[in-house]
Amino acid sequence: MTKITTDQVKHVAHLARLAITEEEAEKFAGQLGSIITFAEQLNELDTSNVEPTTHVLEMKNIMREDKASKGLPREEVLKNAPDHQDGQVKVPTILE
Amino acid sequence: MTNFETIIGLEVHVELKTDSKMFSPAPAHFGAEPNTNTNVIDLGYPGVLPVINKRAVEWGMKAAMALNCEIAEQTKFDRKNYFYPDNPKAYQISQFDQPIGEHGWVEIEVDGYKKRIGITRLHLEEDAGKLTHTDKGYSLCDYNRQGTPLIEIVSEPDIRTPAEAYAYLEKIKSIIQYTGVSDCKMEEGSLRCDANISLRPIGQEEFGTKAELKNLNSFNYVKKGLEHEQIRQEQVLLSGGEIRQESRRYDESTGKTLLMRVKEGSDDYRYFPEPDLVAMYIDEEWRESVRASIPELPDARKKRYVEEFGLPGYDAMVLTLTKEMSDFFEATLEQGADAKLASNWLMGEVSGYLNAEQKELKDIALTPQGLAGMIKLIQDGTISSKIAKKVFKELIEKGGDPKKIVKEKGLVQISDEGELLKFVTDVLDANPQSIEDFKNGKDRAIGFLVGQIMKASKGQANPPMVNKLLNQEIQKR
Repeated sequence: MTKITTDQVKHVAHLARLAITEEEAEKFAGQLGSIITFAEQLNELDTSNVEPTTHVLEMKNIMREDKASKGLPREEVLKNAPDHQDGQVKVPTILE
Repeated sequence: MTNFETIIGLEVHVELKTDSKMFSPAPAHFGAEPNTNTNVIDLGYPGVLPVINKRAVEWGMKAAMALNCEIAEQTKFDRKNYFYPDNPKAYQISQFDQPIGEHGWVEIEVDGYKKRIGITRLHLEEDAGKLTHTDKGYSLCDYNRQGTPLIEIVSEPDIRTPAEAYAYLEKIKSIIQYTGVSDCKMEEGSLRCDANISLRPIGQEEFGTKAELKNLNSFNYVKKGLEHEQIRQEQVLLSGGEIRQESRRYDESTGKTLLMRVKEGSDDYRYFPEPDLVAMYIDEEWRESVRASIPELPDARKKRYVEEFGLPGYDAMVLTLTKEMSDFFEATLEQGADAKLASNWLMGEVSGYLNAEQKELKDIALTPQGLAGMIKLIQDGTISSKIAKKVFKELIEKGGDPKKIVKEKGLVQISDEGELLKFVTDVLDANPQSIEDFKNGKDRAIGFLVGQIMKASKGQANPPMVNKLLNQEIQKR
């Protein structure tokens, strides 16, 4: 049984920008631990001679020609922004 | 730097100048009005699907091959997750464990020594939008750049000095420009660079902790930033301190590097295979058809200029730095100009003009035909090199036919002996003192007399003939 700590839960929650309470962190730690343990059953399979796959579809090299088409009208783009100024989306400053 | 060895690795991002974006058909053109070149894929609307731009893949491959990388047979895209307002999707599509190119190298030359710098990998990804921070607590986002095809070129930690870093960047820029996949303009952001630098005591095998330098807006700042960081780290280490793994910003006004943030680990990006895009397989046929589209690269041209045209290595290096200059030079030669004269004019007067006016070759009126025509007039003695400068000024500012300019402005060199003799005797008659000086062994007097003759002829006298006639006539006096 894999154990997930509340610190790990809080870290992942922070990366996903989710606000969670201490109680939730503990609840999710238990649940996530169970989920991972369940998924770990797959480790019982011997995959040493199997190529890793990233997709279940047998498709490859799906591409388009490099031809630009007009962008969306700016009014449409800015309609969904919480705020805008001078044709740009306005957000609180977050310095990296 | 006596006790430590500096280890530098560079990450270079280059925007590909495709028509459309990496995964969307929105225009990928620089300089448009903010937020007019976006579509639902760039903006991360629910339910949209990205589709790979074939030309961007081929250009990435082309750049990778020009940098001597091996091309992956199987490659894929991965999702790199992060929250920042420059990217409305909250993830960047990039390549993690299967980059399109690996194990490349370029050769650099610094202070007369040559060195090979390894390239760990070259991968494809998409650019993010552009943020403008105000001092009022908010920032403005322009998403035109979001989704522009980008290649990231990661060097091996083979670079040992800031000067080598500079040479490496020049080389990368030159090669990529030749392939035609990018303009590599730092001022427009189509080439950007981050530098990793660490120090280790000489003789130590393992690397020290590195710092990452950001905000390096010119090759010169890369060099200066690294020079400063090298000294900073040495001082920290010598005083018994420890280097933290952190990002530092180069401040152009003070020439110092300042702490931005302590680095997150790469685990925090939670890379996983991009579920919206299927894998790519590059077979030999495709790979070789792309390889065939790579033009002759700067080093090959440089070698050819020395061997074929007999140019000095320095000339060959300067002329091949950009493809524009090199193409212009070759076109000038095709029009019948002498190689060394063409080289002198391009490296001297033409480059000087471009620098002074902050212009590029394509923006000036001078054509290879014009330059070659003028050089031929010098070669056949119609005009002197001095007069040529007047013709050149006209050619570079207004263009036109050099023969016509010479004729219209009455600039033809005077090579008629009778006509020249008159200038010589007049000047000698007017300057008995100089003749006296010359007889008393003052050779400088000749220079003065030549100057007077050139002045009297408005610069049109044929200088070798003037010298000959003057020596002849002065002996008679």
